Amino acid sequence: MARNARPALRRQLYSAAVRLLVWLSASVCCCLLAVLIGYICWRGLPGLSWELLTSEESLLQGTAGLLPSLLNTLCVVAVSLAAALPLGVGAAIYLTEYARSRRLTAAVEFASEVLSGIPSILYALVGVIVFCSALGLQKTLLAGSLTLAIMTLPTILRTTQESLRTVPRSYREGALSLGSGRWRMIATVVLPSCVDGIVTGCILAAGRVVGESAVLMYTAGLSTAMQDFSTIQGIMRASGSTLAVALYVYAKERADFAAAFAAATVLLALSALINLAARLAGRRLGRRQRRKKHPAALTRRQGGPHG
Amino acid sequence: MQRAKIKPAELAMRLLLLVCALTAIAFVLLITAYLIAAGLPAIREVGLASFLLGRTWDSTNASNPQFGILPLVLTSVYGAAGAIVLGVPVGFFTALFLAKAAPRPLAAAIRPVVGLLAGIPSVVYGLVGMCVLVPALRSWLDLPAGDGLLASIIVLAVMILPSVISLSEAALASVPREYEEASLALGATEAETWLRVSAPAAKSGIAAAVVLGVGRAVGESMAILMVAGNVPNMPGLLRSVRFLTTGIAIEMNYAAPGSLQRKALFSIGLVLFLFILLINILLHLAVRRGREA
Amino acid sequence: MAERTILAARDLDFYYGEVQALRHISINIPAARVTAFIGPSGCGKSTFLRTINRMNDLIPAARAAGSLTFRGQEIYAPDVDVTDLRRRVGMVFQKPNPFPMSVYDNVAYGPRTHGIRDRRRLDLIVEESLRAAAIWDEVKDRLKKSAMSLSGGQQQRLCIARALAVEPEVLLMDEATSALDTISAARIEDLTLELRERFTIVMVTHNMQQAARISDKTAFFLAGELIEFGNTERIFSMPRDKRTEDYITGRFG
Repeated sequence: MARNARPALRRQLYSAAVRLLVWLSASVCCCLLAVLIGYICWRGLPGLSWELLTSEESLLQGTAGLLPSLLNTLCVVAVSLAAALPLGVGAAIYLTEYARSRRLTAAVEFASEVLSGIPSILYALVGVIVFCSALGLQKTLLAGSLTLAIMTLPTILRTTQESLRTVPRSYREGALSLGSGRWRMIATVVLPSCVDGIVTGCILAAGRVVGESAVLMYTAGLSTAMQDFSTIQGIMRASGSTLAVALYVYAKERADFAAAFAAATVLLALSALINLAARLAGRRLGRRQRRKKHPAALTRRQGGPHG
Repeated sequence: MQRAKIKPAELAMRLLLLVCALTAIAFVLLITAYLIAAGLPAIREVGLASFLLGRTWDSTNASNPQFGILPLVLTSVYGAAGAIVLGVPVGFFTALFLAKAAPRPLAAAIRPVVGLLAGIPSVVYGLVGMCVLVPALRSWLDLPAGDGLLASIIVLAVMILPSVISLSEAALASVPREYEEASLALGATEAETWLRVSAPAAKSGIAAAVVLGVGRAVGESMAILMVAGNVPNMPGLLRSVRFLTTGIAIEMNYAAPGSLQRKALFSIGLVLFLFILLINILLHLAVRRGREA
Repeated sequence: MAERTILAARDLDFYYGEVQALRHISINIPAARVTAFIGPSGCGKSTFLRTINRMNDLIPAARAAGSLTFRGQEIYAPDVDVTDLRRRVGMVFQKPNPFPMSVYDNVAYGPRTHGIRDRRRLDLIVEESLRAAAIWDEVKDRLKKSAMSLSGGQQQRLCIARALAVEPEVLLMDEATSALDTISAARIEDLTLELRERFTIVMVTHNMQQAARISDKTAFFLAGELIEFGNTERIFSMPRDKRTEDYITGRFG
């Protein structure tokens, strides 16, 4: 027995060490988040006020104001979603409901994978060449938003596709058997049952847009002054920094850390909110996916496959 | 029975949706074409060898500008490697924690942490790195400046954590329970089972997680722009360095349109794009192998 | 009463890619009767049912050869309007498949699809269809409630009402009672008997007692072929083919 004792001890030590590493790593992650949030709030909250959020920067009084950046962020999220949503949802519908060619589907899915892997700095370059110069949009929120639309397209495409796949085949068959055309079937039966997936996609895309800075720095401009959103022309020509870009400008170019951390706190709150929203919307989707994988006993066929 | 009417609405929708599907492909082609078109001129002007292997990047030198991106390439490679070395073990063990070790309620409570870490914008990571990490490194290591490769590696390691964790966790969770039970039934401890049975069974998923992490690390720009120091030195752990991404970012707003400097930035973009494409193909292969296994 | 053929197949073959699912089917299905398709699993009876309203079109690489006519017109002719065919040949599925909408909207779905927008006319169609499907009394007070809240048997009758609302000429029932409890199944059977006077009904069933109870004609399928077809009474009392006899006496399947 004594001979076996040592390996057993070694194995116990090994197991204990692995367990320690596992728990340690998990606590490192939690601490990281806690420290990040804690530190940002500690430095950011004191500077955060209603006034800061609802006013623009005043050089005369030497006060910062985040309102222009907030509005710019909102504008960029809205415009880029407006562009990416129809494209992404449309592509997903085509792939799941119409496409017969496996190769086309595989090609589109690969393209979407490639798009989601391209770093933002490259989107920035492409945005600069295509939207700012070639299409003559200059450095505007519009050019930035359109660039981001390409960047967020894969997110919307993927979540919509996943969600479309959970719509039961029987809904489609029911609609078709009543003489419904394919598009009518999609519009009336399929799409309404996967709204949650599309919403999840939009929320995730909005999250990326809110956090994005590299693309917008070079395509949308750095100004922190108020833009004119009252007219269409104003919106078309508006050029300025979103919250994330403003953070960079304050921290790196002006060394105004109070404003930077205030912006960081707002950004953090926004991304936490978006995270929560995506989680809530995604939960319903997840439930349906599970149900599809494990159909309830009632729906199981009694006599095996159809005759 | 009615003759088939050509239903214009149905046909139009079908075509419209097809166009939507094709845009993804069109965008990839467009991006590729523009990056190649914009990236080649400077390479041609500088010469491929001296562009890729040149050890000096001095684009603003009025009399004798130098466009060698070797320091940038090496920095990106070292930076990604360092982030992987630092981030993957922590990520992998955290994934083990979530998938296997933690009691269910605890895992469910900690999972959102990963989502939140993933949702934090890169400028925020950069800001904290700049205000906390860089001063800390300076005082601990007694350096003249704390920003440089080491600080960048630490920031990148944190930033790749969420994707490494969630992909590895998914891979570990899909290992059939029977494998683990068989191992436990042979008298292996749980920890031995995780590392000797579960992890090997999930290896293609974990490989995909690592590759994705490399992609994230190579592609990140804003966060490291704020902590890397941005001097195009040959990489050294404590030196101020410039990555491929930050190489573009730092000069983009200042380079005059049409200048060789600006063209060279697009050439860096092309090199970066090729890197990412390579990583993507690896990722694609890893995922496909995982699906087949 | 003389029988009038409404659906006729002549040497109909059907393939899923390389696999031949139906071989040389020839049959005349009479109007205003209940015709039952019986046979063991995988014998092709469901496939045949789904060729009649071309639901098999949904499966990639499925194709038909030979002739299949509805009121003398080729169903698989290239110029056929499939949506019009499906309006005239309704279908009830094995598993109740109401849409996730209100009871009312479920029934009104078909008429709306075919262009009826007038609210009063829709109200009328919905009521008539629900009455015809013997479910009006149970749902008349909750037409605005989600159809998903109904029981399985109610859902299936709702699906029948939904199919009836587009005034089809033929109703295909694909094992419409097999997912239901016996009481609900019996109600659907009664309903089938009532509907026979107004519609041609073609049903697939695994349940031979059911075929014997409610059908006028029975067709026995085996391995993609139509083995025997005739009056239900005759098929069940003196089958001509040995394989039919073996099947209905429970020797296989």
